[in-house]
Amino acid sequence: MPSPTTEQIRNALQQEDVARQSHQKRDRINLGQIERWLSGLTGGVLLGYGILRRDWIGATMAAVGSALVVRGTTGHSFLYQGLNINTSQQERQNATSIQHNQGNKIVRAVTIQKSPEELYHFWRNFENLPRFMQHLQSVTVKDLTHSRWVAKAPAGKEVAWDAEIINEKENQLIAWRSVGDADIDNAGSVHFTPAPGGRGTVVKVVLEYKPPAGKAGQLVAKIFGEEPDTQVREDLRHFKQMMEAGEIPATEGQPSGRNKQ
Amino acid sequence: MRALCWEGVHKVRVENVPDPAIINPRDAIIKVTLTAICGSDLHLYDGYIPTMERGDIVGHEFMGEVVEVGRGVENLKKGDRVVVPFTIACGRCFFCQNNLWSLCDNSNPNAAMAEAMYGYSASGLFGYSHLYGGYAGGQAEYVRVPFADVGPLKVPAGLPDEQVLFLSDIFPTGYMAAENCNIHPGDVVAVWGCGPVGQFAIKSAYMLGAERVIAIDRIPERLRLAEKQGKAEVLNYEGTDVVQALKDMTGGRGPDSCIDAVGMEAHGESIGAIVDMAKQKTRLSTDRPHVLRQAIQACRKGGSVSIPGVYGGFLDKVPFGAAFAKGLTFHMGQTHVHRYLRPLLERVERGVIDPSFVITHRLNLDEGPEGYEIFKHKEDACIKIVLKP
Repeated sequence: MPSPTTEQIRNALQQEDVARQSHQKRDRINLGQIERWLSGLTGGVLLGYGILRRDWIGATMAAVGSALVVRGTTGHSFLYQGLNINTSQQERQNATSIQHNQGNKIVRAVTIQKSPEELYHFWRNFENLPRFMQHLQSVTVKDLTHSRWVAKAPAGKEVAWDAEIINEKENQLIAWRSVGDADIDNAGSVHFTPAPGGRGTVVKVVLEYKPPAGKAGQLVAKIFGEEPDTQVREDLRHFKQMMEAGEIPATEGQPSGRNKQ
Repeated sequence: MRALCWEGVHKVRVENVPDPAIINPRDAIIKVTLTAICGSDLHLYDGYIPTMERGDIVGHEFMGEVVEVGRGVENLKKGDRVVVPFTIACGRCFFCQNNLWSLCDNSNPNAAMAEAMYGYSASGLFGYSHLYGGYAGGQAEYVRVPFADVGPLKVPAGLPDEQVLFLSDIFPTGYMAAENCNIHPGDVVAVWGCGPVGQFAIKSAYMLGAERVIAIDRIPERLRLAEKQGKAEVLNYEGTDVVQALKDMTGGRGPDSCIDAVGMEAHGESIGAIVDMAKQKTRLSTDRPHVLRQAIQACRKGGSVSIPGVYGGFLDKVPFGAAFAKGLTFHMGQTHVHRYLRPLLERVERGVIDPSFVITHRLNLDEGPEGYEIFKHKEDACIKIVLKP
């Protein structure tokens, strides 16, 4: 077996991310809530009545009934799938800046050998975040719940958005969403949970984002779209390193035969 | 400064490169006074460790004098004489706190790469591929040491470099290999490979209470050293059925523990060993686990197989059925060097052991490329080479 090169491993990592994203897009739920309930209830009645009849008509009714029950409980219609219809998204409430299943979702966790209190307070001071989030340029806190975020984009450009905190439990949870005219709509939460047996704290990040359409979207996709999952993973790793070791390990700037004198 | 750089398979060169500088607060810069070529450096030299890049400075066994410290290092100062563990560890993560230093969570800048290959990343290492962090190594005039507040050990002025240098790797590595054997009174320990790590494993096994140690190799001078210095019974595997011979030497029981101090580039005489060689040469496999197979086969029921030898990838035809049937215990991994520094320095100070007994060649750093060739081909009765920058 040939030894993989650095480049091959990096490519494999990227492919893994692409595969994960396309998997997330193949979301199976394509029925709205009301339709799911109707399906389930009708199916249940048909199934019960069909079984009681104990004849061929009853058997057919039971079969159709069970299909409807499945349709209702899973929220998935094969007919709708074939017709490319999805009634599940139209009725969502506008609770966050991104409607459910409308953006890309990332969930990542890391375990850090520190107390939830310490980690929460470091994170809650958003101006600390660019210290370990590679693509963030700055976060400016405006008031208790509002802040302005600026991220680096290629070719010296930047993207920016305003964010507000929509939920917060001290030492446990912070949830936010972008507001107003954001370059990139996003919403997320970070959860701090004690790990068992003195193993520190589990820090879980849930992030949803939706790049805008058009040219700006392409630019944004370049920084957020290509490997956002890798980015969140690396950001969390750097958070852990900063909190535990007090610094992020680095080799940039060290000598090698590639920069010989 | 001058540094030994990896330039491709069987190619290392002394280059003039910039001096290292402090990058992180917990860094120190060490002026190297003595460094050594390790058997595991030969895996890099032979091209079997993935993710080496042209120009990488190699070397992970070194000691020297502190010339600069970062603002996060309070226990060291300019002029301190230190020996440096080859494993880089933060001292504060779950693994460091549980004395598993070579598994440190926070010292590999390329952890994502290691995760893709191994599931999780172990610690960074000096001069040992980008998979292990891409840190510049110590076969150089100067080296940057990260987490210098927990790694380097100050050494007493009375002890010469040659007696403390090997605390950086091979002495602790041999010692941990013996410790991993879980030795009880009356135990027989078999050690495959009488290179430097094997030699230290032999001595350490006796220190930890082994009744007998049997050393296996084919190189006459290495077997002689094992016999003379290590007080081991020796077995030349050439023309010998090793498993049967070990059975005969242990009253039909088999050795209580088996140490594989050879690793991924094992030589052997069986058909399996020849097939391994062909597959590795043609890149059909990554490792030649001939010794590991023998160790599993030879080990007594319920015994321990301890593996200080380095493996890199996927191993073919490992007799796992035998391991399972006999209820063997396996211990392996990079050495948790930090754990052993003080206790082993104390043994050197007390004169229990003089680690310089393995040195056969003393060269200048500029002669490094020649040294790799001599060491690789075991020319000139070579066992261990130290380099002076």
